[in-house]
Amino acid sequence: MRPSDAYPNYWRKPPQILTHRQWRIGIQLAILAYLILAGASIEVDWQRVAMGLERGQRFIMGFLQPDFSSRWRDISQGLIESLTMTLTSTVIGVIISVPIGIGAARNLTPRPVYLVCRGIIAVSRALQEIIIAIFFVAMFGFGPFAGFLTLSFATIGFLAKLLADDIEEIEPGQADAIRATGATWWQLINYAVQPQVMPRLIGLSLYRLDINFRESAVIGIVGAGGIGATLNTAIDRYEYDSAGAILLTIIVIVMLAEYGSGYIRKLVQ
Amino acid sequence: MLEIANLSKVYKTGDKALIEVDLSVPKGQIMGLIGPSGAGKSTLIRCINRLVEPTSGKVLLGDVDLVQLSNRSLRSQRRRIGMIFQEYSLIERLTVMENVLSGRLGYVPFWRSWTRRFPSQDIQRAYQLLDRVGLLEHCDKRADALSGGQRQRVGIARALTQGPELLLVDEPTASLDPKTSRQIMRLLTEICTERNLPAIVNIHDVPLAQQFMQRIVGLRAGKIVFDGHPKALNEETLTAIYGEEDWNPSREEAEL
Amino acid sequence: MSEISHYSQLWHHRTPRTRLLMWIGWLALIALFVWCWQLMNRETIWFFVADAPRQAADIGNRMWPPRWEYLPELLMPLWDTINIATIGTIGGVVIAVPVAFLAASNTTPSARFLRPIALFIIVTSRSINALIWALLLVAIIGPGLLAGMVAIALRSIGFVGKLLYEAIEEIDPLQVEAVTATGAGRAQIINYGIIPQIMPAFWGISVFRWDINIRESTILGLVGAGGIGLKLQGSLNTLAWGQVTVILLLILCTVVVSEWISAKLRHAII
Repeated sequence: MRPSDAYPNYWRKPPQILTHRQWRIGIQLAILAYLILAGASIEVDWQRVAMGLERGQRFIMGFLQPDFSSRWRDISQGLIESLTMTLTSTVIGVIISVPIGIGAARNLTPRPVYLVCRGIIAVSRALQEIIIAIFFVAMFGFGPFAGFLTLSFATIGFLAKLLADDIEEIEPGQADAIRATGATWWQLINYAVQPQVMPRLIGLSLYRLDINFRESAVIGIVGAGGIGATLNTAIDRYEYDSAGAILLTIIVIVMLAEYGSGYIRKLVQ
Repeated sequence: MLEIANLSKVYKTGDKALIEVDLSVPKGQIMGLIGPSGAGKSTLIRCINRLVEPTSGKVLLGDVDLVQLSNRSLRSQRRRIGMIFQEYSLIERLTVMENVLSGRLGYVPFWRSWTRRFPSQDIQRAYQLLDRVGLLEHCDKRADALSGGQRQRVGIARALTQGPELLLVDEPTASLDPKTSRQIMRLLTEICTERNLPAIVNIHDVPLAQQFMQRIVGLRAGKIVFDGHPKALNEETLTAIYGEEDWNPSREEAEL
Repeated sequence: MSEISHYSQLWHHRTPRTRLLMWIGWLALIALFVWCWQLMNRETIWFFVADAPRQAADIGNRMWPPRWEYLPELLMPLWDTINIATIGTIGGVVIAVPVAFLAASNTTPSARFLRPIALFIIVTSRSINALIWALLLVAIIGPGLLAGMVAIALRSIGFVGKLLYEAIEEIDPLQVEAVTATGAGRAQIINYGIIPQIMPAFWGISVFRWDINIRESTILGLVGAGGIGLKLQGSLNTLAWGQVTVILLLILCTVVVSEWISAKLRHAII
């Protein structure tokens, strides 16, 4: 065996991702330049921020000592709107997304239907809930009905896409076996597709219920009803203890929904 | 060199994995530990470097009782014990060199290990060991790009980088084919002889154990039921270790 | 058991009991839906709803053609939006990493005290939408990019923290054991045994969140937190629907491009 000082005494880890030296340096410089430019674009009014610190402290105090009572009427009204619109929009959204999801599955439907359904999904997914809400509020007036429509529309895009992807991935063997028995298209859906996709559909619906509640807290900001409107008012009036109460309520409901849906999903599968 | 006295381990579930085990391994001895699955082989060697906390007893390495040590001094004692694993346990996404150098982690301060700037004599030693196990040209490859046999060689080099006084080897060949297994066992025994290193080798392949070990200890249900020369293993002793079975085919193979 | 008549004449998919329970479940859901529907629409003015098609047509007319001359004015706000998302993501990730290590059951230094705190931080951050964080921050530190960045960062902590701590809990413990056996210290064990294993997950999660953040930061301006959303808010307030169309199309392009970049990057990582 050679003595150890016959070996190099220097080792550096070779670069793992960008092995080309010039590229590596170039990209590092580009990142640095971007960070400097982006940092320069922030204009901070430090006086305003310093003023804000005191408010921030009040907000944290409000969060720690929430005030549920003085705005209870508004909070409960907002909550009822949020919860009802969450449930109704999820139900309607699921009901509509099932045919659209089946229509958007390449292996089950003719080309024109497929394109139309995929188009609906793309539109629904591309626009954010809040932007859809702005339009629905402009069209249907203020209040939870516009919120309900918004969430239903968003649910369709979300669920139909996942459902369609799922159906496209089902085992072709099972579908062929049913087809071979001479089944009609409806029987095919009922026997081959439904059993494979159903548990996942229930799971996704529960997940979407959870998302819809969170979103229902947001779209109120643009007038589509729900707890978001109450929160917006509370913050506008600098009532941080009420705002804290609302936020805590949202957090608790989201937590309950998450645990609850996890439980139901386990029960179903 | 290593003295184990009255070592017991009871798991939280109440399972008694080791019952008052006494064992001593002198310098330079390569000892095979055999026994059925669940006999406590793996627990025994992990109790030595306290990857598993023993319930009671003594583990003397030189004249330090490892069982009594605080966490901090345990770390510096662990440096004296090299360990080689069944599934190689390499850090898959790091290079071979980093894996070998990780054997020095107990010696270097955090900033050196974080920046991968190990002292130059550590690097020389790592190169030397990689050359010894025949992997010098692979040193900048990622560990997950190597074959099973090569990975186990890296595992051996890592354990040796520690400059250990004892090797613990846990099923070194369980994931390897028979030919590679023999190559790895040969490498291990050669290295131990070169350095006069004692080793405890967990192994469940009895013929392989007989071929390479200087001494065999049989463990059954947490107790030592056999301790002697590999030649002394016969039908009767195997039955004592593993239970009733027709041993003849495996005996014939071993004599080939 | 030779007589065939022993068997029931009808074959049932489920036992009567589960079928009954399922029917009750569905009925309960329908009843709940009807009740919620009535509660929700107590104050809905159906005249406005009936009027919606006319309103929609009206808005549609005003939105088309788009006012393309407005486009140059949007480039600076777009740059701001991208900065909000990027710097916000970096900030969120930087905070999320230690939170994730505190929350993962195999790395937390104290399961009884620090882990619940870390989990609470994650839940809080996840439950509250970036727009609500922005609403709060604009009230606290004033309107502008900073509020937007902090809002994005606060929202990202929970998302990145949750996925990252799940990744930490799923690592291969044998590699950690091997590093421990060399006598490495705690920080070294994390550095060698854990970090290499979670690196791909870490980059994947961060890029994924960046993509989501681009989407979210386009609307933060609605509550005054800077970026292209400010222009949207301004155009909506002045009923300049032609400009709204341009803004929405630009947002759409940005989202598509960022999705493409993030897909490419994640592909490169994995």
